[in-house]
Amino acid sequence: MKTLTGAQIIMAVLKEEGVDTIFGFPGGAVIDIYDELDRTDIQHILVRHEQGAAHAADGYARAKGSVGVCLVTSGPGATNTVSGIASAYMDSIPVVVLTGQVPTALIGNDAFQEVDIVGITRPCTKHNYLVKRTDDLARVLKEAFHIARSGRPGPVLVDLPKDVAQGKAKYKPLPEPRMASYNPTYQPNLKQLHRAIELIKEAKRPVVFSGGGVILSGASKELTEFARKLNAPVTASLMGLGSFPGSHPLWLGMLGMHGTYRANMAIGECDLLIGIGVRFDDRVTGKVAAFAPNAKIIHIDIDPTSISKNIPVTIPIVGDCKVSLRELNRLLNEEKVKFTKKARKPWLDQIEKWKNTKPLRYEQKDTIKPQYVIERLYELTKGKAIITTEVGQNQMWAAQFYHFDHPNCFITSGGLGCMGFGLPAAIGAQMACPDRLVVDVAGDGSIQMNIQELATAVQYGLPVKVVILNNRYLGMVRQWQELFYKKKYMATDIEHAPDFSRLAEAYGALGLKATKPEEVDSVLEEGLKSPGPAMMDFWVAREEGVYPMVPAGAALTEMLLV
Amino acid sequence: MQKHTISLLVDNEPGVLSRVAGLFSGRGFNIESLCVAETLDPAISRITLVTRGDDAITEQINKQLNKLINVIKVHNLTGTEYVEREMALIKVQARADYRAEILRVVDIFRCSVVDVSSTHYTIEVTGTADKLAAILSLLRPMGVKEIARTGAIALGREKK
Repeated sequence: MKTLTGAQIIMAVLKEEGVDTIFGFPGGAVIDIYDELDRTDIQHILVRHEQGAAHAADGYARAKGSVGVCLVTSGPGATNTVSGIASAYMDSIPVVVLTGQVPTALIGNDAFQEVDIVGITRPCTKHNYLVKRTDDLARVLKEAFHIARSGRPGPVLVDLPKDVAQGKAKYKPLPEPRMASYNPTYQPNLKQLHRAIELIKEAKRPVVFSGGGVILSGASKELTEFARKLNAPVTASLMGLGSFPGSHPLWLGMLGMHGTYRANMAIGECDLLIGIGVRFDDRVTGKVAAFAPNAKIIHIDIDPTSISKNIPVTIPIVGDCKVSLRELNRLLNEEKVKFTKKARKPWLDQIEKWKNTKPLRYEQKDTIKPQYVIERLYELTKGKAIITTEVGQNQMWAAQFYHFDHPNCFITSGGLGCMGFGLPAAIGAQMACPDRLVVDVAGDGSIQMNIQELATAVQYGLPVKVVILNNRYLGMVRQWQELFYKKKYMATDIEHAPDFSRLAEAYGALGLKATKPEEVDSVLEEGLKSPGPAMMDFWVAREEGVYPMVPAGAALTEMLLV
Repeated sequence: MQKHTISLLVDNEPGVLSRVAGLFSGRGFNIESLCVAETLDPAISRITLVTRGDDAITEQINKQLNKLINVIKVHNLTGTEYVEREMALIKVQARADYRAEILRVVDIFRCSVVDVSSTHYTIEVTGTADKLAAILSLLRPMGVKEIARTGAIALGREKK
């Protein structure tokens, strides 16, 4: 057994875990770790704000389907990651956050840059640790990665006092941890699966509802097979976009507050709802009492706390989405259950009727419509880009008008709704997938929350593209004010803003601007084609709204339409 | 809203109690009482907590507790066969005309006097919440100066 310093042990475990990229920002408490990081081949991406490091690790994790890592110093370094951690927690993204801490002897003394980050992040991490002895370091780090990626994934924070990184301990590589108190259930209960099959056999108007869990467990193929066997239409939550092909004839579009007319109507009319890897949050359900009122509900999720938390279900199935879907497909084969298009005709005809009466629509006239920009982006990228978003109208238009055919291509802060997410997440996604085109769909409000990360993209030559739908408003709040607060636009007018194209140039990126509809294509083409990072500023219709919209607390079928 | 006594086995580590308490406050569940102490295995502590909630809330409490990494076992004792005890130390004024009466109450409830002075008795009483309430109601008119109570502790009964 070798004797290593704490910092060396950290590097050894990171290498064992296959970490090739760390997003971080140095400081006094982590200098030893940074010093050691320099002796490895792990690429360090220096962000400009620690929130960016956490979001970038999140974007990296989602694009790559593995654990993202960020490293920050104690005190403010640690507190700045909290929004990023909370976002990853809400969306179940595996991230390991390494924070420096003051030396153990000073903990509790209100030392310089001391903060109880383990206490602060207890409710927004899957688990967290304060390492007090170098001897514990290897075990804790192994557990951190294990917990982050297994079961329902999530962020794990490890707080590393300076003397723990400097101290020495014997080290040998440890096997994958086995923990008495942590054993996620992957294998679903067979009896429950049989009960589900019985409901599926009887259903006349089934709907499959897919969520982020399907993407996290890599179950898209199984989901598509399942939907095909049932000939059942499929909808998804924001987090589930891409889990089922957006161009498939059985695709309904997203459901919920800004879901499609047909998806929300289908939920209202279905007699069986099969929720897979979802948690029925309030943006999806609308008024709970009126959610899927005629349906029996089958709910598959790896996290037992998700089941019957918001919506009472008929058949709960605790298990991994991929394993459960594979088992369901097997049972459907065994029992020769298959529904032809003909057998489903009345239900599919009804859906087609909804689709044709109220499709997503807008009118492109003199000013650029934000929806038009997204549609052109979809066309020009042939639907093959990785899209990250900020939060608000830009996020919803991206979700509605960019049709995602593949998983891990739509990266958004779904649960927390964290403005400033998109640009650093795009940087993370670009690091994970250097050969892919990565586009951050932004609003002029959100982009200003982490715009400093443009410097990061320029420094590392990361060709991320930012598409700003610039309406000079905090548009989503303005839309609520228009609809529910008598058009009193209190604190939502942000006309006072920088010229984003010139700001991009100042950062050393390509800056472009379009103010007329006929300029949209040329700006997109030039920006997307450019070899480096580019920021494209589209001046869009100021008061365009996102529709359909289910007002907060209303039933899904009570949509406001354009 | 039924009362539930939940017995937890948890890792005996700093911060674990905070995780449990934080879960209750963060999700709007309430804790009526809480007792924590080491088990025979020094690496494991037992937390006994009493909470109130309907079936759906109790199910969530149960699942959320199970989800905490440091929680090894969750056992909702309510609805099973179990024994439950609380303890109280009651400091009661011992004026000359009441002294005999206080001792009679102590005798009836099979508790004991653990500290005596010219002006007070401190009584140690162990029992169910009902028993504690009963003795308190008898002692209160004589002048209870201070009281310290534990929360409930409980264990499931073995099959006979």
